[in-house]
Formats: sequence, structure tokens, C-alpha cells
Amino acid sequence: MALRELSSLEKYLGQKKANKYSTQGDKKVPVLQNNNGPPLVGLVTIACHLAKEAKRPELLGDTAESRAVVQQWLEYRVTKLDSCTKEDIKTVLKDLNLYLQDKVYLAGNQFTLADVFVYYGIHPVIVDLAIQDREQYVNVTRWFDHIQRYPGVRHHLPPVAVLRNRIYTSRHH
Amino acid sequence: MKLFVSEGNPHCLKALAALEATGVQCGVQFVNHDERVVPFLSRPTLPALALPSGQYLFSSNAICRYLFEVNGQECSELCDQWLEWEATVLQPALQQALHMAVLQGKSSEVSKVLQGPINVLEQSLSKRNTPYLTGDSVSAADLVLWAGFFPVLSDSSLTLGEHKSLKAWFDRVAAMNACQSAAQKVLQGKGLQGMKSYMQRQPAPQSSQCRETQPCNSNSAEEEGGERVVSEEEMEAAALTWSKGLNTCPPATKKQHPILPQEDKRNVLVTSALPYVNNVPHLGNIIGCVLSADVFSRYGRLRGWNMLFVCGTDEYGTATENKAREEGLTPQQICDKYHAVHSSIYKWFQIDFDYFGRTTTEKQTEIAQDIFWRLHERDFLIEDTVEQLRCENCQRFLADRFVEGICPHCSYPEARGDQCDKCGRLINAVDLREPQCKVCRQTPVIRSSKHLFLDLPKLESQLEQWLEKSTSTGDWTANAKQITRSWLRDGLKPRCITRDLKWGTPVPHADFKEKVFYVWFDAPIGYLSITANYTSEWEKWWKNPHQVELYNFMAKDNVPFHSVVFPCSLLGAQDNYTLVNHLIATEYLNYEDTKFSKSRGVGVFGDMAKDTGIPSDVWRFYLLYVRPEGQDSAFSWADMALKNNSELLNNLGNFINRAGMFVTKFFEGCVPVMELQEEDKKLLALVSWELQQYIQLMDKIKIRDALKHILNISRHGNQYIQVNEPWKKIKGGDSERQRAGTVTGVSVNIACLLSVMLFPYMPAVSQTIRDQLNAPPSCINTMLEGNGTFVCSLSAGHRIGAVSPLFQKLEADQIEALKKKFGGQQPEDEPPKKKTPVRNAASAQSAAVPAPAAAVEVGTVNQVDPEKAKQLTQAVAEQGEKVRALKAQKAEKAVITAEVAKLLDLKKQLALAEGKNPEPAPQKGKKK
Repeated sequence: MALRELSSLEKYLGQKKANKYSTQGDKKVPVLQNNNGPPLVGLVTIACHLAKEAKRPELLGDTAESRAVVQQWLEYRVTKLDSCTKEDIKTVLKDLNLYLQDKVYLAGNQFTLADVFVYYGIHPVIVDLAIQDREQYVNVTRWFDHIQRYPGVRHHLPPVAVLRNRIYTSRHH
Repeated sequence: MKLFVSEGNPHCLKALAALEATGVQCGVQFVNHDERVVPFLSRPTLPALALPSGQYLFSSNAICRYLFEVNGQECSELCDQWLEWEATVLQPALQQALHMAVLQGKSSEVSKVLQGPINVLEQSLSKRNTPYLTGDSVSAADLVLWAGFFPVLSDSSLTLGEHKSLKAWFDRVAAMNACQSAAQKVLQGKGLQGMKSYMQRQPAPQSSQCRETQPCNSNSAEEEGGERVVSEEEMEAAALTWSKGLNTCPPATKKQHPILPQEDKRNVLVTSALPYVNNVPHLGNIIGCVLSADVFSRYGRLRGWNMLFVCGTDEYGTATENKAREEGLTPQQICDKYHAVHSSIYKWFQIDFDYFGRTTTEKQTEIAQDIFWRLHERDFLIEDTVEQLRCENCQRFLADRFVEGICPHCSYPEARGDQCDKCGRLINAVDLREPQCKVCRQTPVIRSSKHLFLDLPKLESQLEQWLEKSTSTGDWTANAKQITRSWLRDGLKPRCITRDLKWGTPVPHADFKEKVFYVWFDAPIGYLSITANYTSEWEKWWKNPHQVELYNFMAKDNVPFHSVVFPCSLLGAQDNYTLVNHLIATEYLNYEDTKFSKSRGVGVFGDMAKDTGIPSDVWRFYLLYVRPEGQDSAFSWADMALKNNSELLNNLGNFINRAGMFVTKFFEGCVPVMELQEEDKKLLALVSWELQQYIQLMDKIKIRDALKHILNISRHGNQYIQVNEPWKKIKGGDSERQRAGTVTGVSVNIACLLSVMLFPYMPAVSQTIRDQLNAPPSCINTMLEGNGTFVCSLSAGHRIGAVSPLFQKLEADQIEALKKKFGGQQPEDEPPKKKTPVRNAASAQSAAVPAPAAAVEVGTVNQVDPEKAKQLTQAVAEQGEKVRALKAQKAEKAVITAEVAKLLDLKKQLALAEGKNPEPAPQKGKKK
């Protein structure tokens, strides 16, 4: 799973050269074999490395603040999101929904790796949501839809329909 | 910017440690565990950092990463990797471990759960062989991982015994001041138990039953937040001040001795606790009194106050008599010898006393006897008979520690005259069975001896009235007020002021010939007599409370003598004495993770500091940087190297050197024309604000906190240069060259300001900077006027001198070598001859001694076992911690007594392992 994500990221970054990966332990933590030095371990670490190598540092944020925000959501992805139980999902969605209320992307107005990896991580959750629920977390779905349509990001994942085309509103005003 | 933290939350450790380590300016607020700080998270999440933009960081690792980056230390990939590992691998294991240890009481299983992560870390550290996880300096990863392990390792069931690399790394990080201070704030020395209420709320937070949180007593100045928004008005005001230029009035002339109070001036009398003469002072003594007092009096002179700074050696007492006997000299010869040792040490540390005297003078006798007679005439002295042991063979009364015998309670054969080491009970010397004189082993006899007591109860209400006023109007440190309060709460008792000794100020009363004054009564009078030896007009300082403000500097064990006992003597004498207005007491400075100990050769003593090759100014800087202000702190070699390399070399020195070099290289050594733009004015405003903070803090004797603001200014300066790149602009067109000129000119002026602010801390470096800049002398008395005035003191066209680097890097191997050299277990420099293992005869000697004198003794040679000693040192420290905690919690007496007994036993074992006589350290001056 993580390896597929990294390979999608490589495609998005337009990198041709084939990186060698392996995995470590029960949780299949990705490991990037590095010719010039020791291997890099961990999804976030490798993803950040790839972005830097592709000369796309802006994907990690362009100020100290936004870099910290990006790292925070990347960490959120590999901790909270990856280990979240059925009960937790609602909280996660509720929090994200509130957070994204006034934001286009996770780090504000700029597309970053945080969007890519939280999108990858939350994809299975969104797939499982009933269409009504998707509408309940309208900011999350707006953001989700935006990212899945972002050129070159989706790759290994199927698109998710998030909104119904409404012919009429369900409520009377 | 503001950091929200809660007590007992292990994640907050990371953030607080990172905040301290980076010195980023940021307010800290303690909140309850279930306070929802981050608006979009439904579960309370702490720590949380409110960023200047209004966003929140709620991940502790992201917070650490951010603080380091703001401080110019971006995370490397290796650092990224450790942070990710910590969040995904270590944290889940730690949560499980803590849950078991804290809530289920199964701390024995902790090591099993943590085995995996510990092995990973150990392997990686031993393979890389660098002091820190990512290289030679501390990174965010070190603090984050340290904080993860700290709570579980603070519980003794988990040890890192076989994991040598991990242990070495952990100890290195733990010794950092930032970590110790964070640990104290978050866990408050309670170890795992301190986390209970936090753990109970994990994962499902419930109703609030949080302990009342303590406000963080850190920097009030930091409350304002890091990237301050600078207003238009501030910028204009700063620019206006800047344009004013230097004072036309001539710089303060050199000191004219004798310095006497003046009508139209603020007259400040500064004293530092009198060091006891037969003891070479260690770094803790130096920072505790003379250095702190020196910084303040240098600062006061810059502020234009009329300062007098006096100190001297405290020379009377039994300890001197003993030392004399040991060395085969007279007490006077001993005093002469050690007074010279003290003088030279303080000279090396550049302690700028106006007068450094001693207590064994005619004036001392004169003034002490005068105060005595005045007390006597006013009926504040009581006579009483005391039963004492007297050795007929030695022809003297035996002070408590001169006698040994069988404990009347537990029959321990080597009980001392004041306390039994076995059962820990206090003993009255005359109750000892089969007492022996420790010097000649003869049996002493009981004799009654008449003594005089100062009637403290009679003076109590007067004292309280005065204290009320002094503590509310003056700057007393919190510990000074608290210690004083606790003395008064217990009620005062009459205190004996006479002793059956020879080496002391003689009691002039006919009924008490042969007796001398007890040092606690005598020593503080030394302040007066030393001043009297400096000037015959000493009474203008000491009997002039309306014109003079008195500052006393000391370590906290000396507080009661300065706040209660000595003021009582002076109040009772009724001669319009100047009493203390501001009492500044430091906490203790530890060495690495242990105490300074002369007898074990642990620590750095005043006379050794210069042998390290590290300049006096750097010593001063580091000691002041870790000044135990508000809480205990630790001296650590690694931290000293780190602070030297990161703060002095890379921050301060780098900025000042760059500014000077640009003038030299790009403008032929002449300060260029400066046309201030918006950005420059903003910087001036930022610098002015830091300067104001510095002055506010220094006025309140927050010496350590004020130092941070100096370093902030050079940080601003470095950023300013980095953003404006004068080295590029100088090659551009006219307007670009003009810009390079302005940036260079402003920078070099900031360097000049820094030299002034540094003066109290690093006098030699301060002078060097001004020499290099060829700065006009009047800059020194202009900048610290009022709330601080940052003026352009090097105007366009000013020619600067030759610029050269100010600081040198401290290399890791150099520091390792020093650490080893001063780490203890070194051979005693004194021959192991049989000495009389005599303690300070009484607690009262700390009357004016910064810390109790460590007894030097090499008794019968036991098997020395350094490894065991090391373990035992640790065990003693832990047990001591436990006892303190119990006392702080006011646990039952029986429980405390049992733990104290354990402690004493451990200490004895330790002494044996070190090849010394198993006797505990002398008591501190706590007796009442």
C-alpha cells in the first residue's frame, strides 16, 4: 500500500529513475535503498526526500510555519489516520471538516504533500461512507474531490463520487 | 506566539525542552489536561502552539521541528526519519508501557514492551558513533526521543544497563539545561506518578479533576510571543531615538575611591555572601554570589547608579582552627594563605569588587563589640547555662562534631555529638554513652558553661514589620521570601551567640572572657567592617537607610541569616542601620548530574577553571546562562560546548564579526551612509524592544533571563543580514550599493549596542568589540539610559578598527577530555595522611558561607570501588529525591524516618566504596 503511494508520488513528481524499495516489519514500513548512503525508512521521510530530490521543496511548504503544518498532517496521516478505529473515524472526519472550513488545502492556500498523503490515507474511509455522510462532512468532501482531481495525484486509486447532482433541495426554506 | 502545555503530559516535555533549547521567544501557558486549546479538534490535545498567523500546531513533534527551524536549525533527513519513527513506532509502545506502569502498577513489564525500540536505538547509536542522533549537535530528534524515554527511565525499574550507547546519549541529552528544566516543569520531580492524572484521561478524556496548574515561572518577557507585530508608532519611535545620536555629556569618569553616597544619585550598596576562607570556591559558589553580584553592579554602573560592591573572606571559626592544625600553621597564616587564593580566583573571573576584604580585622572587633554592647544595653541578650562536653586533655569544649560515642537510642557505636548516622535521630552530645574526644580519644567531662543568647522572640514583631515593608517594596527572590516566611511561621527562639573557641571575635563582657562570638552573629557584621576598612566614612553607607539601597546576593541556604537573624541584630542595636532592601538568592547549581564535591574531586573549582584554557568570559557567559534562577540547574560540559558553539560562535560572534567585516571589506573601514527604510525601522523597533526587556529584567535582577534578550538581538541581526545579502548588493547598481551600505551601517551599530549590553556578562569581550569598532566611549553610558535608547553611535564616516573573530569553537574531543578530567575519582591531591575528620563545628558557619564546606577527609584506607561508587551515587541521589518528595508531600513522620534511614545507609556504603570514613555530609545551616 505504502509502496503504491510512493510510486504514485514518483509519477506525480515526474521522476523517471527507478528507486529501489523494500519493506520492514509487520507493518510493512517502506524502506528506500539509497546508493549514496544509508537507507531511508518511513513513508513520510521517503516522500519528503522524493519531493526535495525532484526540486519541488514548495510541496513541503514555503515558510517555516507551513512546513511545520505540512509535517504535522503527514504525521497525522501515519499515526491517527492509519490506526483509526471505526469509532474514531467520526471524530477524525468531524475535526477535519471543521479544520477545512476556511481552507482550500491542508496547509492553507497551497497544495502540498500533506494533501497527497492525507488523501491517500483517507480514501478508503471516504469510499465506505454513505453518500449522505459524505454530504454531512461537506468541507472534507470538497477538499477530497479537489485533490482527487488534482492533475497527477490519484493514480492508483479509483475516483470517488462525492456529491449528488441535486435537482431539488431536500429542505424547504 | 504561545505554547499551551499541561502538567504531567509527556508530550509537553518535548515542546518545553525544545523551547528552552532553541531560545525561541514564546509565551508558555499551563492549562488543564482537558482544556480544548486547538479549536478544530474535538479532543483536548496538548501541547499546542498558537502560531503568529493564528494557526495551531497540535503535534508535539511538529512543534519541536518548527522551533528548531525558527532557530535556524532545519531538520535533516535523518532527523525526519527519527521523528517519524518516534511517532509511529516508539509512541505506541510507550503508551502501552506507561499505561501499564502508571495505571496498572506493572512497571516490571515495561522493559519487555520497550525492548524492540530500545534495541533499534542502541544499534543505531553505536553504529553511528556520534554524540547525538543526527550528528555532533542536538537536533529536534534528540529532544523528542529523550522526552519519550524520560518518564519511563525516571522510574528505576527500567534501566539502560547494557545499552551503553543509548545510556550515554540519553544522559548527555538529559544533562541539558533545557531538558532538566522541562522535566521539572512537567513532572515536578514526581516521576511516573506525576503523569497519573494525564494517563487516566487517555484515551477517553473525562470530567475535570485536574490538579491546579502552576503558572510557568519562566520568562515573563516571553509572554509577548516570538514574532512580535511591530506597530508603526514603535518603528517611528525607534527611528527617532536612533537619530538622536550619542550623549554630549562626557562618559562616566573612572571610579573615584572612596565611593560614597551622593545626594542626587541612586546609591546602591551590593554585597555578596562572604566565602568561607578555608574552602576553594566551586562554580556553584561563584555563580551563587560573587558573579551574580558582579554582573549586577557592573550593570548598575552602566545605568549611572552610584554603586559600591564589597565582599571578603569569612575567616573565623573552628574550620579554620582545624585546617591550621592540619597544616601546622597558625589560624592567621591559614587565613592569609587562603585569602590570597580567593582573591586570585575572583580576579581571574574578573569580579570587579570595589573592595575585597576579610573578617579578621580590628574594625571587625570594634563593630561587632559595639553591636554586642548595644544589644546588651537594650536588654536583647539573655544568659543561660549550657551543659557541654569538655576535653581536659585538649583543654577545650567539644563542639558537637568533635565528639563521638554510643548512640543512646540504637547503641550504634560511632554516633556523633549531634546526630546518629545509624538511626538518624538527633542527639544531645551530653547524652552520648562513652563519649570520646575525636582529636585525642580521651573521655571528656560534662561541664556547664554560661552562654549568651540573642532574644529573637523579643525582636520578632519589629522584624515582621520591617520584613513586610522590605519584601513588598524591594526585589526579593521567591525562594528568599518563602524561606523567610517558613522561619517566622515556626516562631523564633533565642539563639546562642557565643562559643567556647579561640579563633574568633572576643566577647568583651567580663563574665564571658575566653569566649568568642558565634560565626553566624559575627560573619554578617563582616559586611560593615569590610566597608569600614575600605573607607573611614563607612557609616554613610551602613547607617543611612534613607539614601542607600542594599542588595544582598547569596545562595539560598544563606537566606535565614540575612533575612531574619542579622536584621534582628541590627534592629536590636537601634543605630539606624541600613537593612537589606533586595535579597537575591539563587538555587543550587549541580555538576553534570551530581553535586560538586571537593573530596571526591567532582566538579570544577575556582582555581581549576583557568587551567581549562577556556577564557574567563566564556566561563562567565555559560555560568550566567545556566544561573540557577528560580530553579536548580546543572553545569554540563556538553551543554557548555553547545552554548559556546551555537550561541557565542554562530549567533553572537558571527553577527558582530560579519557586521565589522562588511564595513572593512566593502567600505574601506568607514561606516557607510544609512538611509533607513521601512524594513530597517522595523528592525530598530525589534532591537529596541529587546533592549527594553533586557533593562526591565536586569533592574529586577533576572540576570539569566536578560541574557536571552542579548542573544535575540544578534539573532534578529543575523536574519536581517541574511535577508538583505549586502555581499551581493554591493556588486549591484547605485541603489543596491546604497542598500548594502544601510544594512551594513545598521548592523555595525547593533554590534556596538551589543557590546554595551554584554558588558556586565563578558567584560573583556565587550571591550574587545568596542576596540574593534573604535566605538566612542560615550556609547556605553548612552544606551542604557531610561528604558533603553538605541542610538546610532557609529555615524557615517566613522572609521572602525581591525576586526577579528571573538570566539573559538569548543571541540568535542576537548570537551570530552575536560569532562573526564573533572569527572571525579581522580587521585586526591593531598597525601593520604591520617587527618582528624572534623566537620564544620556547627551549622551556623553557613552564616555567610555560600554553601556548606565539604569536609575533606581521607580516613582509614578502605577498598575503593569506583564502579560501585557510581551506582551508589545514583542510588543516593534517587533516595534523596524520594525523601525530598515525601517531605514536600508532608508524608507521615514514620514513613519519612524510614526512608531517611535508608538514605543514610546508602550514603555510608557510598563513603566506604569511595574509601572514606563513612560519615554523611555536614548538615546545612538549617538549625534554628
